[in-house]
Amino acid sequence: MIVGVLALQGAFREHLKMLRGCGAEGLEIRLPFQLDGIDGLIIPGGESTTISKLMLEYGFPERIKSFAASGRPIFGTCAGLIVLADKIEGKKQKLLNLIDLDVRRNAYGRQISSREVDLSIPFLGTESFRAVFIRSPVIVKAGRKVEALACYNDRVIVARQKNILVSSFHPELTGDFRMHRYFLEMTGK
Amino acid sequence: MEVFGTFTVRAGLAEMLKGGVIMDVTNPEQAKIAEDAGAVSVMALERVPADIRAQGGVARMTDPAIIERIMNTVTIPVMAKVRIGHFVEAQILEAMGIDYIDESEVLTPADDKYHVNKWDFKVPFVCGAINLGEALRRIGEGAAMIRTKGEAGTGNVVEAVKHMRTINDEIARLTILPEEELMTAAKNLGAPYELVKWVAREKKLPVVNFSAGGIATPADAAMMMQLGADGVFVGSGIFKSENPAKMAHAIVQAVTHYNNPEILVKVSKSLGGAMPGLEISDIEEGNLLQFRGN
Repeated sequence: MIVGVLALQGAFREHLKMLRGCGAEGLEIRLPFQLDGIDGLIIPGGESTTISKLMLEYGFPERIKSFAASGRPIFGTCAGLIVLADKIEGKKQKLLNLIDLDVRRNAYGRQISSREVDLSIPFLGTESFRAVFIRSPVIVKAGRKVEALACYNDRVIVARQKNILVSSFHPELTGDFRMHRYFLEMTGK
Repeated sequence: MEVFGTFTVRAGLAEMLKGGVIMDVTNPEQAKIAEDAGAVSVMALERVPADIRAQGGVARMTDPAIIERIMNTVTIPVMAKVRIGHFVEAQILEAMGIDYIDESEVLTPADDKYHVNKWDFKVPFVCGAINLGEALRRIGEGAAMIRTKGEAGTGNVVEAVKHMRTINDEIARLTILPEEELMTAAKNLGAPYELVKWVAREKKLPVVNFSAGGIATPADAAMMMQLGADGVFVGSGIFKSENPAKMAHAIVQAVTHYNNPEILVKVSKSLGGAMPGLEISDIEEGNLLQFRGN
């Protein structure tokens, strides 16, 4: 099994390290043609504005949409959640429109409000999960087809709609493999 | 339980900036151009380093009103510089909600002996270094990100290359030493022992390391990435070039596709003039910024 990590900008190396830790093969994806050979795709944290621009520049949106239509899973963390969402506050343009979420960027405020929290995430087991939020987005509204998998302060922070998984925090920064293992199971391999 | 401003959170923002370009800007219009070109962050300044160098005088923290206007213009994180050792400038920036503080040799040092104790702050700091010892001293003081200094405001990449290669060589050397030699290595580097042991084991710096000081073209930026930089700062290189929007866009592409020569050809074409450069040997040694702090 090969999982691609979109490597246009951001914390892609951390995701690759997590994949290796789970025993999966990771591949840096910089051009759309590389999507053909992979079984799943991770869109990492980074600056969503920058990642969006670079995606458009090289024709990623259409290719990622057909990747998703083929049933292969996609996991977006933080900025990855933003680019996968259906609606971003203050932005007209939809990028991927693959999960029915209304998202507010930098919703907790500036860097000074970035935080670490021990969260109970039932679908990952009883042990708490250390969630790192960095200038993170908030899911303002989730559509009916979206399954809310975890919450923090009454907001959904992990969500899934069929083969699309998102988290508003950074599971790649903590060394806890449970989110990545869950995603790898979604590839069905 | 929620905890704010932890090292994970401070160093984590730098992780999110990796593979990106941080651009010096002096007003909201420039900040917008930088953001539109795909910058991951902007450094809010009164004057770019080339002008600081040309005009001389004491260079201080930028007027908070200018910084605030820039913060209100863009959604990407905003950084600003404080003088080396000037902890009150840092307190002011933290109170404004700045995203990152650069304790920078580009400004005139406020303390000739000591740097800011960065553990006192919740806001993360980036600091310059010309070698491994200096990088680890800054991390020991609480820096959550390092940038190799290069020589700011010159448009000449030679010092940036020298500093990146120096740090890479010093890391490589540590990794082959037997453990009993690491204390002496720490003494010789002038670096904290625990951090030296960490680097010897992990074969890398404990925090993200960007390249800065002299990057003026997409090729410069891609070279620094191939030499192992996690990203680049471009100071005077954008807004002292003939066509800033085009240059900014090209450097962003070059940092993402640093290993793809075909894309580098495409983005390097017809950019207009890069910033006029300075030969390092033409600068009097006392005017070299890289030896400030240490």
